[in-house]
Amino acid sequence: MVVKASQDDPEKARRFREAALPYLDDAYTLARYLLRDAADAEDAVQECYLRAFKHFDSYRGPAMKPWLFAILRNVCRAEYARRKTAPTAVEELPEGGDQTPLWNEAPETPERQLLRRFDGDTVRKLVAALAEPFRETFVLREIQNLSYREIADVAAVPVGTVMSRLARARAMLRSAWLAEQEQVK
Amino acid sequence: MNCEEAEVLVHALIDGELDAGHAREVEAHIEGCAHCAALMKEYQEIRQAIAESDVRYKAPLELRRKIEKALPQPQAAPTRRSVLRGFAMGSAVSAMAATGLVAIVLRNDDEQRVENEVVSAHLRSLQAGHLIDVVSTDQHTVKPWFNGKLDVSPPVIDLTAQGFTLIGGRLDYVNAREIGAVVYKRRQHVINLFVAQTANTERKSAKISTLQGFNIRRWSDRGLNYWAVSDLGADELTEFGDKFESAMHANKEG
Ligand SMILES: [Zn+2]
Repeated sequence: MVVKASQDDPEKARRFREAALPYLDDAYTLARYLLRDAADAEDAVQECYLRAFKHFDSYRGPAMKPWLFAILRNVCRAEYARRKTAPTAVEELPEGGDQTPLWNEAPETPERQLLRRFDGDTVRKLVAALAEPFRETFVLREIQNLSYREIADVAAVPVGTVMSRLARARAMLRSAWLAEQEQVK
Repeated sequence: MNCEEAEVLVHALIDGELDAGHAREVEAHIEGCAHCAALMKEYQEIRQAIAESDVRYKAPLELRRKIEKALPQPQAAPTRRSVLRGFAMGSAVSAMAATGLVAIVLRNDDEQRVENEVVSAHLRSLQAGHLIDVVSTDQHTVKPWFNGKLDVSPPVIDLTAQGFTLIGGRLDYVNAREIGAVVYKRRQHVINLFVAQTANTERKSAKISTLQGFNIRRWSDRGLNYWAVSDLGADELTEFGDKFESAMHANKEG
C-alpha cells in the first residue's frame, strides 16, 4: 500500500512503550533501593529508559524486566562511582566482603522468637540499611521476584555468588529485624 | 550435610530453586537440626512479612512524563495524515471508499493500541499500594479530588446500591497523557474505570473485548471515552457499564 518512510521511530517507540513502560514502577523501586535517594533514582530510571530505547533494536530477550534491570544497574553503578569521588561516599563493603562467614550473623542458640510484623516504612528502612551487594541481591529476589539465574544475569555474577549473597542478606536482615524488635519492645 | 552448608542451601529451598535431590538432603538435615529448623522458620516468616507489606515505590508521574516526552511521539495522527495523503496522490481507489476504509483500519489500530495501554495501566494498578491515590467510598470526596488535576474531571458515581463499591480514584497515564481512573470493587475484583476527554462528542455504544485475560467495556458519551477494565466476567462487567450509564443519565435528567 501507501506506506511510509520515517515511521520506524514512532513504530519502534510504540513497541518500546508497550514492552518497557509497564515495568516503570519496578525499575523505580529498584533504583530507590540501589541509590537510596528519590531524586537520583528518578534520574537513573530516566537514563535507563533512554539507553534501553536506544538499544531496543538489538533486544532479543531475555525477559524485559531483567533486561531493563541490567541496564539500570549499570546506570546506578556509574552513580556510585560519581558519589565515591564526591565528599559523601556511599558505604559499600570492600571487595570480597561477601566471603564473610554466615555464622557471624546467626546467633549460636536461636531461641524461637516470635517475629514481629512491622509497617511498610520500617521494612523499607531495614531493607535499605543492608550493605551492597547484598541489598541488590535481596531486592531482586524478594521484591522483584527474579529467579537466581535472572539475578545472576543482572548482576553479572555466577549463580553460586547469588546464593551466598542472598544467604548473607537474609541473615543480616534477620539480625536487623530482631534488633529492631528489641528496640521497640 | 553440616549446618554451614544447610545455612546456605536453605535459602534455595525456600525459593524453590533446589533440585529434588538437594532439597531432600536439606530437608533431612533440618529434620534433625533444631538450629537450622528455627532459622528456616524465621526466614520464611520474614519473607512472608515482606511479601505482605508495602515495600515497593511508585514512579512519580513526572518521571513517566519525562520519559514519554523523550520518546518519539505516538504516530496515530501523522499516520492517518500521511496515509490519506498517499491516497490523494494517485491511488486508484476512489477517494470516498478509501477514506472510509482507512478510517476504519486506523481507528481499530488506534483502539487496539489504547486498549493495550489501558490493560497495562490496570495491571500496574494491581501492584501493592498502587491502586488508589484518593481512598474514599464517598463520591463527594473522590470527585473534587480530581478537580485541578485534570482538564476534565471524570464523573464519579456511587454504585454501591447496585453492587459495585466505589473505593477511590487515581491519576494514571494512558496514550501519552494523564487521565483519571475511578476504582470500584465487586467482591474481590477490582474494576478500573478510565475516563479520557475526546474531541468527538458522538455517542458510541458499548463494546466488550478481551485482552491479556482482562475484559474491557468501552464506550463514549458526551465528549468522554470510557474504558472499564476488570478480571470480572464479561456479563458482570456489562452489568457494571449498564448501571453506570443509566446512573449518568438519571443524574443528567434529575
Ligand atoms: Zn543445622
